Amino acid sequence: MIEGIDPLAAVLACPLVAAALLALLPGNRVAAFVNIVASLATFGAALAILLGDRPEPGRYLFIDDLNIVFIVLNTFVGLTTSVFSAGYITHELETGRLSPLRLRFYHGMYQLMMFGMNLALISSSIGLMWVAVELATLSTVVMVGLYLTPEALEAAWKYFILGSVGIAFALFGTILVYLAAQPVVGEGYDAMVITKLMERAAEFDPALLNVAFVFLMLGYGTKVGLAPMHAWLPDAHAEGPTPISAVLSGLLLNVALYAVLRFKMLMAANPAAISPGPLMVSLGLLSLIFAAFMLYRRRDIKRLFAYSSIEHMGIIVFAFGMGGPIANFAGLLHMAMHSLTKSGIFYMVGLISQIKGSQRIADIRGLTQSHPLLGWGLLIGVAAIAGLPPFGIFMSEFLITTSTFARAPLLALLFVFGLIVAFGALMLRVIEMSFGEPSLSVAKADASYFPFLIHLGLVFAAGIYLPGPVVAWFQHVAQILG
Amino acid sequence: MQSTLALDIAHLLAGGLVLVSFMMLYQDRLFALLNMFALHALVLAASVAWQAYIQGAEHLYVTAAIALLFKAIIIPVALHRMIVRLGVHRDIETAIGVGQTMVAGMGLVALSMALMFNVTSEADPLVREDLAFSLSVVLLGLLVMVTRRNAVSQIVGFMSLENGLVLAATGAKGMPLVVEISVAFSVLVAFIVIGAFLFRIRERFDSVDVGALDEFRGDRR
Repeated sequence: MIEGIDPLAAVLACPLVAAALLALLPGNRVAAFVNIVASLATFGAALAILLGDRPEPGRYLFIDDLNIVFIVLNTFVGLTTSVFSAGYITHELETGRLSPLRLRFYHGMYQLMMFGMNLALISSSIGLMWVAVELATLSTVVMVGLYLTPEALEAAWKYFILGSVGIAFALFGTILVYLAAQPVVGEGYDAMVITKLMERAAEFDPALLNVAFVFLMLGYGTKVGLAPMHAWLPDAHAEGPTPISAVLSGLLLNVALYAVLRFKMLMAANPAAISPGPLMVSLGLLSLIFAAFMLYRRRDIKRLFAYSSIEHMGIIVFAFGMGGPIANFAGLLHMAMHSLTKSGIFYMVGLISQIKGSQRIADIRGLTQSHPLLGWGLLIGVAAIAGLPPFGIFMSEFLITTSTFARAPLLALLFVFGLIVAFGALMLRVIEMSFGEPSLSVAKADASYFPFLIHLGLVFAAGIYLPGPVVAWFQHVAQILG
Repeated sequence: MQSTLALDIAHLLAGGLVLVSFMMLYQDRLFALLNMFALHALVLAASVAWQAYIQGAEHLYVTAAIALLFKAIIIPVALHRMIVRLGVHRDIETAIGVGQTMVAGMGLVALSMALMFNVTSEADPLVREDLAFSLSVVLLGLLVMVTRRNAVSQIVGFMSLENGLVLAATGAKGMPLVVEISVAFSVLVAFIVIGAFLFRIRERFDSVDVGALDEFRGDRR
């Protein structure tokens, strides 16, 4: 760690400076390189926060055991995506789908989005967090519409409208939380600071908190992609550039989830307020089962994995809704594993759709023959995301199932039913794509396989052996989540 | 202590906002809808300014000024010009009839009154009324959005929804940052929308493919 540089500030400053720089830099190669360097520096800063001493909670920024998990994950996937994006974007430029000017825009927006997400994660007040989530949303909206095709514009429009309504509800909830806190904590900025809210939460007016939580759950839940507010998610994933699909699934959904968790903790700290669990469990189960069935009707490979993201966000929200040390631990683990696996899968999907020139599942056949590494990689990645052992997701799903069986067997049955339905759909589609006669173009991919290999390796390693410190860390976070 | 008259005026203005929201529900022409939105923003500005006066909170005057300048003047004028350029100043196709929409709107207002008066029984009367009215405005804005298929009227619905949020934030005494920032963001939102439209228009003129032009005409493919 370099003396004199505050890693907390660096996590924000790196992407912000890079965004300004990238907006000015012409030349795709340089821009892609700067993008990677900035992401690397941000990841370095996140590691420095993780390994260094915890700073005292500041007025605007703070770090605790919960948000550091999200920050490290966020900056890591941001880094690998920037590596993947460099190769992907070069191909898009060569095929003429994107112009150099729009690329410049893309790179600037990418770092602005990273800034928004990091700010949402480390801001110490619920007001600032809301602003940051909105910033991240707006920057992804323009990237979803980047190709300017009618489909892309429609997807961006849908995302913008639904996301804005969600974010408006979240603001209303935030105002209500402030109103509940104001008589206890006092007027002004203090009544929005998370640490101060947590200290005095027991004295807040429970009725006001209840209403606030419903608004926050619906608002941020829209951004998490929970059914029935999920309609924006498949379109946004399918029509934008693939690196954006990867960060949407791997990161932005998590950031919204983080906001939900913060308010869940606040609710749990007030004994008179309703328990947030049942609401989260039912939304989670609904998303899981709904998305599992929707997986069967998908014809577009990116939409397929977008629905799989809805399914997994449902699983995670279900786990946190059940609560307790084991389910919370499993929820955190699942969130980390899903981010890594799903963004890894999107890297492969990006390469595949560039090779085939199509996103239709029917156009993609015999991948294991024409592209052994990519084909088997996709098969393994889908096996991991569908929850087969020995991958990390199997472990977290197993933990959620067992801990639910002990407490609510009926819910566990529904949960397992959803998992099995989704498993069937995913395996059916991936086997179609992996085997048989190779279809369309069998050209070599010109981007590197490196990012998705790293992600698959990590997920595999986590499934075989989780290092002791990581387990202790996650267990501690699970404890504070209550 | 606030006098009854001061409170009554605050209620009148906030209630006026709900009334204008209702008037937006049955406008079937885009220009009329835009005028209603400008009126909506005007009432909001008056309401925020009045609350700034009775709360003695100077920073709220800034919010009122932004509401007046951007929402009541600049954005309606910009949207007006856009509608003319896009050539979509025909009737709005409402998804459901005016009658049903109005009934639904009344139901939403009743719902938000019932909800907010129940939960805020201990709060300041100003806060209580403000919250109930602002939730009504938010829900009515949502109703405008779901009953319209036209992109411009959806933007207008969304901005009226955001006006409701500003009203709520104003009522929450001493709420920091958020008033200014939320207004700044609504401006940003409007810019993005306008930007998107300009892009669409430019794409239309850049392209030589007539089929592509047909695709872009109207808001739904």
